Amino acid sequence: MIATTDAPSRPADLPTGRGTTGRPGRPPQEPTDRRGSRTRRSARRPGASLAVNGILILGVAYMVLPLLWLVFAVTKDAKGLYGSSAFSPGGAFVENLQQLMTQDGGIFWRWLGNSVLYAGIGALVCGFVALMAGYAFDKFSFRGKNGLYGFVLVGVLIPNTATVIPLYLLAASVGATNTIWAVLIPAFCNPFSVYLARVFSAGYLPDETLEAARVDGAGPIRSFFSIGLPMLVPGFVTIVLFQFVAIWNNFMLPLIMLQDRDLFPSSVGIALWQSQVQQNPEFSTLVIAGSFVSILPLVLAFVGLQRFWRSGLSAGSVK
Amino acid sequence: MSIRLAGRAPRTARHPIAGTGGRTAAIFLTPFFVLFLVAMIAPVVYAVGMSLFAERRSGLGFGGTETEFVGLGNYVDVLSSPTFVAGFGRLALYCLLYIPVLLGAALLFALLLDAAVAKAKRAFQLLLFLPHAVPGVIAALIWAYLYTPGVSPFVSALESGGIQIDFLSVHMVLPSMVNIAVWEWAGYNMIILFTALQAVPREVLEAARVDGAGEIRTAISIKTPLIAPSLGIALLFTVIGSLQLFTEPTILSSATTAVTSTWVPNMWAYDAAFNRNNLPQAAAASIILALVAGVLSWVVTRFASKGRA
Repeated sequence: MIATTDAPSRPADLPTGRGTTGRPGRPPQEPTDRRGSRTRRSARRPGASLAVNGILILGVAYMVLPLLWLVFAVTKDAKGLYGSSAFSPGGAFVENLQQLMTQDGGIFWRWLGNSVLYAGIGALVCGFVALMAGYAFDKFSFRGKNGLYGFVLVGVLIPNTATVIPLYLLAASVGATNTIWAVLIPAFCNPFSVYLARVFSAGYLPDETLEAARVDGAGPIRSFFSIGLPMLVPGFVTIVLFQFVAIWNNFMLPLIMLQDRDLFPSSVGIALWQSQVQQNPEFSTLVIAGSFVSILPLVLAFVGLQRFWRSGLSAGSVK
Repeated sequence: MSIRLAGRAPRTARHPIAGTGGRTAAIFLTPFFVLFLVAMIAPVVYAVGMSLFAERRSGLGFGGTETEFVGLGNYVDVLSSPTFVAGFGRLALYCLLYIPVLLGAALLFALLLDAAVAKAKRAFQLLLFLPHAVPGVIAALIWAYLYTPGVSPFVSALESGGIQIDFLSVHMVLPSMVNIAVWEWAGYNMIILFTALQAVPREVLEAARVDGAGEIRTAISIKTPLIAPSLGIALLFTVIGSLQLFTEPTILSSATTAVTSTWVPNMWAYDAAFNRNNLPQAAAASIILALVAGVLSWVVTRFASKGRA
């Protein structure tokens, strides 16, 4: 695939995760698979194998049991939730989902739809804008490039929630609160996506290819759309996936910006129901069913798109 | 696959593509920087401006309010507010507990997965990473139930073992919060570190083996120092992330009275804005938080690059 196109040609000028290359003791990153030589040794170490895999299984249990609890809890009615054994199925699964879908005139559908809308549109626009900027930072040379890129890096370091109240104040001053734009516009902008896009552009898109396009007479904009964009699709999917999850999971921004219940994303809606559990324990089945339904798409996306989040995380770990 | 190359940082020395100067770059960069200006710079500038003023009731409480320039007065008020200071102290304690536990767990799992004897590595990675797909709100909700006696299988398991812990009590709620965050982020950081470990060259490990170092020794004194830069990045993002703490305590505050409405600085700012209607103070609190994040990021970056030199 796109894989190691330029790996042999110029290994020296690529700074890697090891920091500056060429320094003794800091070998450059090598895409070698060392599994072969290491599995041979493993056969002789049954005790070590038991310990290593045992701890890993404990770790997996810690990560998965809470989710498993949710899967069983969604099958129980309010009484079963408190009464029965946690990891045994109840018989109220269909009933719970029906209640979830009809509660408050089926508002949960709306919340779910809003989440899809905000996260979908937000991530696509963010991904495209970031790809263009990352591509420009990687492939073009212009004055003030380092200074501008510095802004991007500072943006990466500003904690998201520290800008939420400032965003609210600004949005309130122009009357934009309680509109979808108050949630969408901040979602369009993620400096970290630009950083990732630059890394991907440097990794997936050899300069020579663009050079060839230029020789063939394509202008810079046309060569971006006809050559750059198609080759950057894997990077684009990765950026969109991470931004999609970030928007879907965002809580503070929509909580503060939106007052109209019909505009809530599922995270804020479920939190609203949760705040009513104290007065009305019946709401707990709603909260659990809503949680179950709203994490399903994300879990499926992560299982189905493993290649992309793996590449995103390895790109993000490089300075 | 195409994964490995993604780990390459942008090249610094390169041949500029001829005919792609400033004007074309401007076309590509404008959309992002317009959004950046609207969604990040302008709000912060506006909030800084707002934080320098205060609304004072004029006259006898009739006749509305008037805005008055108070300079850094709001910052003084915020920093001398006992609830804000307590919240910051709690946040600091949370960070001190959370960051070592999180990075320790992530490093442990990454090293275990990188060990020669580990089986089914891809499946383990996926399962350990899975909680990251769960939104913070829902992670907090699930754990809120798992902390509740009567519902939680873990509380009852502990009780049958003779251990009585109220995870939602005043003293336990902070570690309980740390546990939620570790659950959400350990897998994510584990993948980052594991990817770095995969890039440690075979020759170095072979050399260590020839020198007689065992697997554990190699993991601690060879592999861990070699992935220090990735640990630095993970630390940086963890620090920035921990300062944002808002979602989990907000959700838990509906399950226990141990979490007050001003429990951490972000909640304090929210409370100032929407319960006490003091927007200038909310703005000042947000700016203080951003400044602290900036200073800490700078310190971590310095520390990380020094460790590399």
